[in-house]
Amino acid sequence: MPKDSGIGASPKRREDVRFLTGNGNYTDDINAHGQAYVHFLRSDIAHGTLNSVDTTAAAAMPGVVRIFTAADFEGVGGVPCGWEITDRHGNAMQEPKHPVLAEGKVRHVGEPIAAVIAESLEQARDAAEAIELDIEELPAVVDMKAAVAEGSVKVHDDLTSNLCYDWGFVEENREAVNQAFQDAAHVTSLELVNNRLVANPMEPRVAIGEYNRSTDDSKLYTTSQNPHVIRLLMGAFVLGIPEHKLQVVSPDVGGGFGTKIFHYAEEAFCTFAAKACNRPVKWTSSRSEAFMSDAHGRDHVTKIELALDADNNFTALRTDTYANMGAYLSTFAPSVPTWLHGTLMAGNYKTPLIYVNVKAVFTNTVPVDAYRGAGRPEATFQLERVVDKAARELGVDPIALRRQNFITEFPYATPVAVEYDTGDYHATMDKLTEIADLSGFDARRKASVANGKLRGLGVNCYIEACGIAPSNLVGQLGARAGLYESATVRVNATGGLVVMTGSHSHGQGHETSFPQVIADMIGIDEGMIEIVHGDTSKVPMGMGTYGSRSLAVGGSAMVRATEKIIAKAKKIAAHLMEAADADIELKDGEFSVAGTDKSVAWGDVTLAAYVPHNYPLEDIEPGLEETAFYDPANFTYPSGAYACEVEVDPDTGKVSIERFSAADDFGNIVNPMIVDGQVHGGIGQGIGQALLEGCVYDEDGQLLSASFMDYAMPRADDVPFYSVDHSCQTPCTHNPLGVKGCGEAGAIGSPPSVVNAVVDALQSAGKTDVTHIDMPLSPGRIWAALNS
Amino acid sequence: MYNFEFEKPSTVADAVAALAGDEAQALGGGQTLIPTMKQRLASPSKLVSLSGITEMQGVQREGASLTIGGAVSHADVAAQATDYPALAEMAGHIGDPAVRNRGTIGGSLANNDPSADYPAAALASAATVVTNAREIAADDYFQGMFDTALEDGEIITGVKFLVPQAANYQKFVQPASRFALVGVFVAKHADGVRVAVTGASEEGVFRWSEAEAALDADFSADAIAGLTLDPSGMIGDLHGTKEYRAHLVGVMTKRAVAAAD
Ligand SMILES: Cc1cc2nc3c(=O)[nH]c(=O)nc-3n(C[C@H](O)[C@H](O)[C@H](O)COP(=O)(O)OP(=O)(O)OC[C@H]3O[C@@H](n4cnc5c(N)ncnc54)[C@H](O)[C@@H]3O)c2cc1C
Repeated sequence: MPKDSGIGASPKRREDVRFLTGNGNYTDDINAHGQAYVHFLRSDIAHGTLNSVDTTAAAAMPGVVRIFTAADFEGVGGVPCGWEITDRHGNAMQEPKHPVLAEGKVRHVGEPIAAVIAESLEQARDAAEAIELDIEELPAVVDMKAAVAEGSVKVHDDLTSNLCYDWGFVEENREAVNQAFQDAAHVTSLELVNNRLVANPMEPRVAIGEYNRSTDDSKLYTTSQNPHVIRLLMGAFVLGIPEHKLQVVSPDVGGGFGTKIFHYAEEAFCTFAAKACNRPVKWTSSRSEAFMSDAHGRDHVTKIELALDADNNFTALRTDTYANMGAYLSTFAPSVPTWLHGTLMAGNYKTPLIYVNVKAVFTNTVPVDAYRGAGRPEATFQLERVVDKAARELGVDPIALRRQNFITEFPYATPVAVEYDTGDYHATMDKLTEIADLSGFDARRKASVANGKLRGLGVNCYIEACGIAPSNLVGQLGARAGLYESATVRVNATGGLVVMTGSHSHGQGHETSFPQVIADMIGIDEGMIEIVHGDTSKVPMGMGTYGSRSLAVGGSAMVRATEKIIAKAKKIAAHLMEAADADIELKDGEFSVAGTDKSVAWGDVTLAAYVPHNYPLEDIEPGLEETAFYDPANFTYPSGAYACEVEVDPDTGKVSIERFSAADDFGNIVNPMIVDGQVHGGIGQGIGQALLEGCVYDEDGQLLSASFMDYAMPRADDVPFYSVDHSCQTPCTHNPLGVKGCGEAGAIGSPPSVVNAVVDALQSAGKTDVTHIDMPLSPGRIWAALNS
Repeated sequence: MYNFEFEKPSTVADAVAALAGDEAQALGGGQTLIPTMKQRLASPSKLVSLSGITEMQGVQREGASLTIGGAVSHADVAAQATDYPALAEMAGHIGDPAVRNRGTIGGSLANNDPSADYPAAALASAATVVTNAREIAADDYFQGMFDTALEDGEIITGVKFLVPQAANYQKFVQPASRFALVGVFVAKHADGVRVAVTGASEEGVFRWSEAEAALDADFSADAIAGLTLDPSGMIGDLHGTKEYRAHLVGVMTKRAVAAAD
């Protein structure tokens, strides 16, 4: 029987009522009294020396309040980077200054040079056109390997080169790995590109700065996944505003996918300018601006090699990756190709020796940072492609080769520093075999061939790491932040509850799923529980939502706070019933004394807490409000197996995805419907990456895919109906809910199976020389491969 | 967007008069012009809307030809050009519903986007572009990417299509814009076959004369199996190379012939 409330139930998402009826409160819906509008004049060249920015004529244009350039930001910090990587040789990464407005040079198309504040947006745009720029164009560097070659143009003149860092992991294993390759019976190698993506959340970024002259308080409304992190980074590192004088609010946010984690120059600008002009300053990104100012994702160029022994056991893995940082280091950019990527290279396999080398490179392009999956999709893609290629080279079944090398004993310490707590990779593969009807594939292939089409099947596994933690470990790895989460549970006198969580919902449905957990713990109706998030003045602290951490970390903090509430409530109940604390049981919202028929209702206890007439005042304080900070002991490790079946039209190269199946192990599930939705969305984005999306620069650093006319997002008819299953559940062993995280799995797990399937289709047509095609698998690329 | 004046005349004569000013521009459905203005890439001082002009509306059959008013929307063509199913079908696949409900045939032909659909239909149908001043045969009308025989201020008041004996349009979409990466309109007329190709050439829409000749002799997909197109004049961009487009023209032509009815 499916439950209709609590953990395991799928109530409809309560937030959808306001979203679907147009009553959401997004940042752009907020208009402050007396607000002015900012328009950023952005560079239209990729690299140049800024000789002068003459704003005289522009400043005299109608409606102009004030025009800012880099000169106004003297003494103000740059946009900070939140993670420092130490390279193979023990040196800190090269970290260039990232000014709010371009200083001396422009380094990518879209970099803000000047900001015009005016009474209306159109006036600001008019005035921006009257700014006279004297920029001396310099040659741009876009290709990563060219950027690190001798004599390359330098993106930052004050750095020694365009190499941000050269990271080796695990450096001590390097020689042993090389030796294993010499001893291998078979080596499979593959060179591939993980294509650069633009996240394109439906809601573009918005920032509104406000300043209160009477209190000297600043306030920023921003479309962020983690308002507290913005408060800290912007307050402490850029503007020098202490946290108690700065409020950051992120109300309803229309999708983030990682790109709204980071602290952006526009946020600092609006906050700064609001004080400088003493009036609210609003910026709403246009879609065109989003393409050239939101942090991009992925963009790795990799060579991966897999060594096998004579029995097809994986003996070693070696990778060599170039990771594009763009022109500046976005907030968490350095961590993505390193700790979020290298640590996942074991995948689901017991490969004993692994060495990962990553060269992070500056280029004259938009900064690159975390995008749904962040590092794990890049790891999974290369690993699952090379395993597939190895199976083909060895003439063995790709599923059998995977199964043979699966990790089966848990906990399992990988050679890349992480320890998987639980998993059952055979179980998810079994489930996949069933839901994908793999045994029916041959018949379906015959039918396709009869229809003049090629049919391919691609399977892959994935492992991912959610809820990055614990803080002391990530600190050693270079994080300049903690990775705990906080929650305050406030119970009101009449029994209702408000949870102030540091997690931030921007589509994930926390307002629905978080109450399900508490409703179960206390035994009350979900409708009595309200979730508050996204406001630094309401929530004590928050690291926000990314890396599929909300339920595993934020949910766990909420559980801990609720446990404190229950413990205190039991004391009050014991007093009311004149029993011992230890004898009190809580079930279905009733406190009872074990072994008796005495009971008091939840509401009686909460009322007593606030009207403490009959109350143990000598032992406990009145009131019922508790806060917990939860710092996980480890990551969680969801895993799964995916299968994709494609048809390829040999005449045009067009791929159509006929079937897509996903068997995931997310541990315990709170709301199956929301999990389905997360997986569907993730697969949609993964298919987008595999077939359609590609952010392309020309060699001069011009962004060719600068709008939806050239950047192809997946549409409904590009994807099939998915077959999704999450009945394989090996609960996480170290968080109180036993949950793992499901937000990114779909995007991590799907690209390799799509590419594996297309390669399989081409191979079936006798194109045995086609072992890889780079994403996106556009019809033109496939046609070229078919005719190579 | 910059400021502009707005007029909405109810006759062609008034529209022509309103367009006489230097920086005035006709506004059809605004599906090309408005986005361009929002990007500040166009700055007409005055827009003259053609949507209130009754004489530019309507879809009419007269003998062998079908006349469509210059201000008729793509959605109306899709619904009303039942006498010319291939054309209705083509119109029904332009852009999305919002675009089809606003965008007009006159606007599309005036704009002559190298990837637009109507130019292929007009050229293959030996259509006549009717303006306030004259009638222009499709063969003379299209003059290269975004270039037409229209004079400044000249308004397309209607388009006369010659309804073929059999026709079909095959569109292979560019995945982002869903304009034609290559679109081929094949029309079999009493006096010969016309094959018009959009999306592919750097010169805009063109007729593939070798295919026409082969199909005149034998109207079957096999008749053009051996034909290839020189890739050198084709568009090459991030969505497809010149060679790929040249190849697709062949594939789409074959499919259009096979599907023509
Ligand atoms: C999202 C999107 C998708 C699209 N997809 C497609 C597609 O798949 N295939 C396709 O073919 N097109 C597509 N289009 C373009 C669409 O068909 C436009 O409607 C068309 O190109 C222009 O027609 P309009 O009536 O909107 O013209 P407008 O935008 O109003 O005007 C375009 C130009 O034509 C001039 N003009 C307008 N009407 C006349 C007239 N009667 N006489 C003389 N000059 C005139 C204007 O002055 C202007 O220069 C798409 C557009 C969008 C926004």
